[in-house]
Amino acid sequence: MSFRFKAGEGGGLTLAFVGPLVVYVIAFLVLPTLMLLAEAFSGKHGLTLKYVAALGQGQTVVAFRNSLVLSALAALVGVIAGGIAAYLVLRPGMPRGVRSLVTSFSAVAANFAGVPLAFAFIATLGSLGIITVWLKSVGVDLYGMGFSLYSLPGLVLVYAYFQIPLMIIVFTPALEALRREWREAAENLGASAFDYWRHVGLPILLPSLLSAFILLFGNAFSAYATPYALTSGIVALVPVEISNVLSGNVMISQQTGAALALGMIVVMVAVMGVYALAARRIGRWGRR
Amino acid sequence: MRGVLGRLLPEAWLGLLGLYFLVPLLATGAFSLWEGGSRYGFAAYVALFHQPKLWQSLFLSVRLAVETILLGLIVLVPAVFWLNLRVPRLRPVFDFISVLPFVVPPIALVAGMTALYTGPDWLVGTPNYLVIPYVILALPYTYRALDLGMRVLDLRTMTEASQSLGAGWGTLIFRVVVPNLTTALLGAALLTIAIVMGEFTFANILLFNTFAVYINYVGQTSATQASALTLLSFLITWLAMLGVLVSGRGGRSVQIGGAR
Repeated sequence: MSFRFKAGEGGGLTLAFVGPLVVYVIAFLVLPTLMLLAEAFSGKHGLTLKYVAALGQGQTVVAFRNSLVLSALAALVGVIAGGIAAYLVLRPGMPRGVRSLVTSFSAVAANFAGVPLAFAFIATLGSLGIITVWLKSVGVDLYGMGFSLYSLPGLVLVYAYFQIPLMIIVFTPALEALRREWREAAENLGASAFDYWRHVGLPILLPSLLSAFILLFGNAFSAYATPYALTSGIVALVPVEISNVLSGNVMISQQTGAALALGMIVVMVAVMGVYALAARRIGRWGRR
Repeated sequence: MRGVLGRLLPEAWLGLLGLYFLVPLLATGAFSLWEGGSRYGFAAYVALFHQPKLWQSLFLSVRLAVETILLGLIVLVPAVFWLNLRVPRLRPVFDFISVLPFVVPPIALVAGMTALYTGPDWLVGTPNYLVIPYVILALPYTYRALDLGMRVLDLRTMTEASQSLGAGWGTLIFRVVVPNLTTALLGAALLTIAIVMGEFTFANILLFNTFAVYINYVGQTSATQASALTLLSFLITWLAMLGVLVSGRGGRSVQIGGAR
C-alpha cells in the first residue's frame, strides 16, 4: 500500500501521526499472515503445493467440513432464534424494562465465551451436569438417548449462547429501521400481515439477515477456546487442529499447520467480502 | 383462539430463551457450591481463595489488560486524531485496516507470529509479549470508539486555540483532546478488559498462565472450583459490559468481541 502526500498537507507530520499504526498492523498482522503464506507453499526444495494439496486429504478435510458445518448451523440457529427474539422485544406492547434488560444481557452474553462458557455447559449438560443428573432421576436419560455435549450438535447448543445475543445486537438496528409507514401503506392497500412480510418486510431485511448470518458464521468459525475446552479433540475442528500442530501434539508438519491457518484466512476473507457486499445493499434502505 | 395463541406465543418464546440463558448460570452456581454427596457449601471458593496461582494469573491478566489499553491508545490516538483533523480522505483506508483483525482468526495469527518471531527472548519469553497481539484483537473496537468520539469534537478549533497558546502536538493531544474523549476512552478500555480477561488462544499456545488458562487448568482437576471461576469470569464480563453500556449512554455502543 502506498499513499502520496501533498507537501502542503505536511506529509512528514502525517507519517509521524499515522505511521506507527500502519507499521504496527504491518508488523503484527500483515507480515505474520504473509509468513503463513510463505510457509504453506515452501518445502525443502523451494516452492511446493504439497501442503496446500494436503488440505484435501484425510483428517484435515474432516476438520474443515466439521468447522464449516458447525459454523453454518450455529449461525442459522443464532439468526433464527435471535432474530425472532429481537423482533418480539421491539414490538410496541413490550415494556421498556424488558427491552433494556435484553440489550444489556445480550452485550454480556455475546462477550461471555471461551473456557468459562464451556465449563458452564459442562456443569449443566455434561455427562455429570446438574440438568443431566436431574433429568435422569426423573427417568429421562439424555446421554442414553444419544445426546452428547461433546459432539457437533452439542457444540451448536453451546455456541448459541453467544450467537443469539450477537444476533440480537446486530439485528435490532435493522428492525428499528423498518418504518411504520411502510406497514401502514401496505395495510391500506389491503395486505395481510403475511403479504406485508412476504413482499415488503423480508425483502428489505434480507441483506441485513444475510450480513448477520455471515457475521455469525465468521464468529463461530474462528472460535477456538470453547471447542478446545469442551471437546478436547473429540470433534476435529480446524482451530483445534492448528493448535495441536503448534503445541507439537500430533505428527503433522508445521507447514501443514500453516496451510490450515491459511485456509481459515481464505474462508474469512470470503466471508468478509460477502459481508461488505451485503452491507452496501443495506445502505439503500438505511439512512432516510 | 388465534388471539390467545398470538398473545402467548411471544411470551413462550422469550421465556424459553430466557431459560436457555439462565439455567447454565444457575447450574454453574449450584455446581460450584456442591461439596460431594448432598452437602453444599463454599468449600470450592475457600480453596480457591488460598490458591496463590489464582491471584497470580488474575493479576497477570489485569496487568496485561492495562498494558493493552495503554499501548493501543499510544498507537491509535495520534493516528485517529490526524485522520479526523487533516487527512479525512484516508479514512476509508483506515476503516478497512481497522477491520483486518476480523479476517485473521486468533489461532491463525498466533501460528503466523510464532513462525515469524522467535526472539528476542526478553520480549517473546515474557507474558508481556501477549500485549502485542492483544492490541491487534482490540484494534477494531478501540479504533471505532476513538473515531466516533473524535468525530463529534471540534478538533480544528481545539488545535488552533491550543497552538496559538503555544502548545505542541503532544500537549494538544494528551492535555486537550484526550480529556475530551473520556466516554469514548472508557468504553474502549472496558471492552479491552473484557477481551483480555477472557483471552485464551494466544496465552494457551504461547504457554503463559493468564486467568483463562488458569481456569482451564483448574477444570482438569476440580469441576466445582472451575464452576466457581466460571461465575467469577462471568461477573467480570458483566461488570465490564455494564460499564460500557452506562458510559455509552446516548450513542449506540453495544459492542462485540471476546475470546471464543
